[in-house]
Amino acid sequence: MLNKEEVKHIAKLARLGLSEKEIEKYQKELSSILDYIEKLKEVDVSSVEPTSHPLKVENVMRLDEERVKAGSVNPENLAEMAPDKKEGYVKVKQILNQ
Amino acid sequence: MILTELTISQIGEGLKKKDFSVQEICQSFLKKIKEKNKEIFAFLKVTEEEVLLKAKKADGLISKNKEVPLLAGVPLAVKDNMQVQGIQCTAGSKILENYIAPYDATVVKRIKEAGGVILGKTNLDEFAMGSSTENSAFGPTRNPHDTSRVPGGSSGGSAAAVAAGFCPYAFGSDTGGSIRLPSSFCGVVGLKPTYGAVSRYGLIAFASSLDQIGPITRSVEDCRIVFNAIKGKDEMDSTSVEYPKSGNQKLEIKNLKIGIPKEYFVKGIDPEVEKAIKSAIKKYEELGAKMIEVSLPHTDYALAAYYIISPSEASANLARYDGIKYGFSKDGKELIDVYLKTRGEGFGAEVRRRIMIGTYALSSGYYEAYYLRAQKVRTQVIRDFEKVFQKVDAIFCPVSPILPFKIGEKIDDPLSMYLVDVYTVSVNLVGLPALSLPVGSVRGLPVGLQIIGKPFEEEKILQIGEAFEKTWKI
Repeated sequence: MLNKEEVKHIAKLARLGLSEKEIEKYQKELSSILDYIEKLKEVDVSSVEPTSHPLKVENVMRLDEERVKAGSVNPENLAEMAPDKKEGYVKVKQILNQ
Repeated sequence: MILTELTISQIGEGLKKKDFSVQEICQSFLKKIKEKNKEIFAFLKVTEEEVLLKAKKADGLISKNKEVPLLAGVPLAVKDNMQVQGIQCTAGSKILENYIAPYDATVVKRIKEAGGVILGKTNLDEFAMGSSTENSAFGPTRNPHDTSRVPGGSSGGSAAAVAAGFCPYAFGSDTGGSIRLPSSFCGVVGLKPTYGAVSRYGLIAFASSLDQIGPITRSVEDCRIVFNAIKGKDEMDSTSVEYPKSGNQKLEIKNLKIGIPKEYFVKGIDPEVEKAIKSAIKKYEELGAKMIEVSLPHTDYALAAYYIISPSEASANLARYDGIKYGFSKDGKELIDVYLKTRGEGFGAEVRRRIMIGTYALSSGYYEAYYLRAQKVRTQVIRDFEKVFQKVDAIFCPVSPILPFKIGEKIDDPLSMYLVDVYTVSVNLVGLPALSLPVGSVRGLPVGLQIIGKPFEEEKILQIGEAFEKTWKI
């Protein structure tokens, strides 16, 4: 069973702001899911390589050139999507305390 | 002739013979949507004005050309996690409520080039995470066969739209069963293609090593038509591959060896579902197919591995929703406050749950015990299937252990919802193609047979499905 502090720690790592009530709810739910997943420990994987991907392709290379046809996507439209912006730039809050 | 009940090939035929126009076809689907979408809630957005404009254009093109391409003028619906340029793409989430797609997904581009007319965007579990479409931020979709029940998920909007006569076909995406489960619950045909067969470019990522786009249709033939139109390598998705050329060999059912995995018929399956599946298997035996009992010993562990691997990949993929670049944003004093508030309020309960499971499984100290172990179990699941496919041409099993359940029945018990995916997740872990074929019903609720094939043998499983359809006129 996860304790409250562990749930708070996970939520912070995941950048999810949760209320005390939500933390309690997730403590129960996550614990029951993790209990179920415990069954993975029954499998003997001592001489098994991990699989990260169903296809055996790696390092697909391409030339470092523009792939999107000019004019098909307007960069200004992309910048316009930012919730906080100024003069074509995306605005971000301060990250350092003075 | 009821236009809203036609298949793609019937619509194509009718357009060719000038029985009706694209405008008439589109009008009848729009009318049906207007009448019934309020009740079913399959569509999140209907682009009526554009549909009428495109339909008019398509009629002009068809009247000029002698050869009418198969999908030209045929309307469709797109799951709202695939981008259609200039239209909202919410992924069923509050965090993308106001997001307008700046470009077309490759499947959308290909279907537009083939002349398809997009009617609108369909409802889904938020970020495709769920088995009932109840996790949509905009409300649940209802099963057209019984509106007190779920349509399955996560492509519940797409499957319900096809079943309700809102469109002849729709795109779904499948990470752990999200095309097959709703197809089974709604009594329509759904194909989850081989991993890499269809480009994922423009699909909002959930778990990138598992996600595939595929068609949901009214007939197996339609599934083939749409799959052939969207498959193949795309330079915008480096995990898409050149689809191997296959001959047009006609399959003989009597020469087929079919594997029946014994682990899929154990306690947990509804006896009535089991009966419907066994009766379908018997019908194939009547056609001469040979049934062989096989074993997939890691079946139980596959579900546990899936519920580590998919949330882990999701926790990384969903890190991009930060309230800075696009979408929903909550103001805060410092950047960290913006992140916490935006993501805490923007994501729904299930998405937050999975992000946390994934974050935990990837976090220092737990990585080996959870994520790495799950990846090794994934290898074991792959070996299980490789072994079985040395002996058989395809595998038959149920899509779901249970019938469509009541709305609200499982939503407060996440684990019970996960268990619904027990027969579908292995296919994604291995990257195999699988078809969900309606083969019967129990008290008016559809039951789907799952036909699993070897990689890139879509044609084989489609022909197997077609044999049932032709013989028993479903």
